[in-house]
Amino acid sequence: MISYKKRTDGRRFDELREMDAKVGVIPRANGSAMFKNGKSLAIAAVYGPREMNPAFMRNPKKATLRVYYNMMAFSGSGERVRPGPSRRSKEINLVMEKAFEPVLDLVEFPNTAVDVFVELIQTDAGTRCAAINAAALALADAGINMKEMISAIAVGKVYDKICVDLTKEEEDMEAVDIPIAMTSNSGKITLLQMDGVLSREDLKEIMKQARDATLKVLELQKKALMEKYGGQQNE
Amino acid sequence: MGLLIDEKNVVIPGQILAEGMDFLPAMNTYREENNIISTRVGFIKLSGRSINVIPLSGPYIPKVGDTVIGKVEGISNSTWSVDIGYAYQATLPLRDATSEYIQKGADLSQYFDFDDLIVAKITSVNKMKFMDLTVRGPGLRKLDGGKLIKITPSKVPRVIGKQGSMISVVKNATNTRIIVGQNGWVWISGENPEDIQKASEAILMIDREAITEGLTDRIEKFLGGKKNDIIQEEN
Repeated sequence: MISYKKRTDGRRFDELREMDAKVGVIPRANGSAMFKNGKSLAIAAVYGPREMNPAFMRNPKKATLRVYYNMMAFSGSGERVRPGPSRRSKEINLVMEKAFEPVLDLVEFPNTAVDVFVELIQTDAGTRCAAINAAALALADAGINMKEMISAIAVGKVYDKICVDLTKEEEDMEAVDIPIAMTSNSGKITLLQMDGVLSREDLKEIMKQARDATLKVLELQKKALMEKYGGQQNE
Repeated sequence: MGLLIDEKNVVIPGQILAEGMDFLPAMNTYREENNIISTRVGFIKLSGRSINVIPLSGPYIPKVGDTVIGKVEGISNSTWSVDIGYAYQATLPLRDATSEYIQKGADLSQYFDFDDLIVAKITSVNKMKFMDLTVRGPGLRKLDGGKLIKITPSKVPRVIGKQGSMISVVKNATNTRIIVGQNGWVWISGENPEDIQKASEAILMIDREAITEGLTDRIEKFLGGKKNDIIQEEN
């Protein structure tokens, strides 16, 4: 069996890639944010609550969250995932909606829609996590009531080592990759996807590392929001 | 135990504000077991034992008695529907639109036509978000000409200032008429376009820098600064 001794980009096994986040990058949107995770760069914009069309999809009890995830045509290496609308992006729209639903309080706006557009400008694995992190910031910026923040990270196993925040290069090795989204306070899991084979012990260890990693992501999200909204109010 | 974050500090969704039973959750907060948690980006305001989070972003929430600026979007046979920058349209009923006698089947567009701007007062809001407006009352009318700009609804009190101090600075310095709707729509009218441009720049500057200190001085400088330049050029 091959042993993975040193990560290709020189990181420790539990070390995240360099991250960056900024809130309010699109002035005309109700809320927007950028989240950069290594070479993966997501920009999210929130519009709404606004009129829901088509009308038959309206929910008279609460607002409907609609997520549009899109990899831009020039993003990625073009090998595995073809950018643009696809079965894959449809799946990600769905899992992202499900990732936010437990924390969003949408009952104040029946019959409306909250639209979240996430564009991936550059991709290097972990895009749905970057998209979720950007969307969480954009939703907070848009002033949608959220019970908790959502932070996401991918943790996986490359050959025999558990690695946090895999790059595309690592993903393409013999790897299991698990994107995980967690709530900020209670650490409840709102997204977890996996393909590959993993032992029970490995999964437990991955969940433990994912909690630590999402807390690091949360720190950055908090910093980005504070950067826009400042520390103290005078009035 | 007790309050974890001092009053007037900015908090983010999911942030724990207080522990224990000494405080009660009020606006934009909720209790989870021992903790009181924020659901919005905003600053803490205590009223007695209640913890409120005054939001710094988010949509305008209509309240009865608010003066708003709206745009006529629809005309039916007895009402106008008006966009007030909310997820739902407001209704302007015939009896609150004019004191004139209107013949049955008359053309209502002679009173308010599509895209007309009005300054109106909200007379009722119900749980299903049906809102009624009136334009009968002091200062309420159709707006002719002028320019409409949109600011963040939560910054409206800052733009108006204490007893209208901030907005009078802008009005007097630019010689314009300005109406600030509670919904964050601002109408500016004046004799020449440069004044209107200057006033709208000043208002957008207040919107952008609302949380910084010494803003009134900077606005005065911004408005006065260029005036002096013009005088110097003339000399």
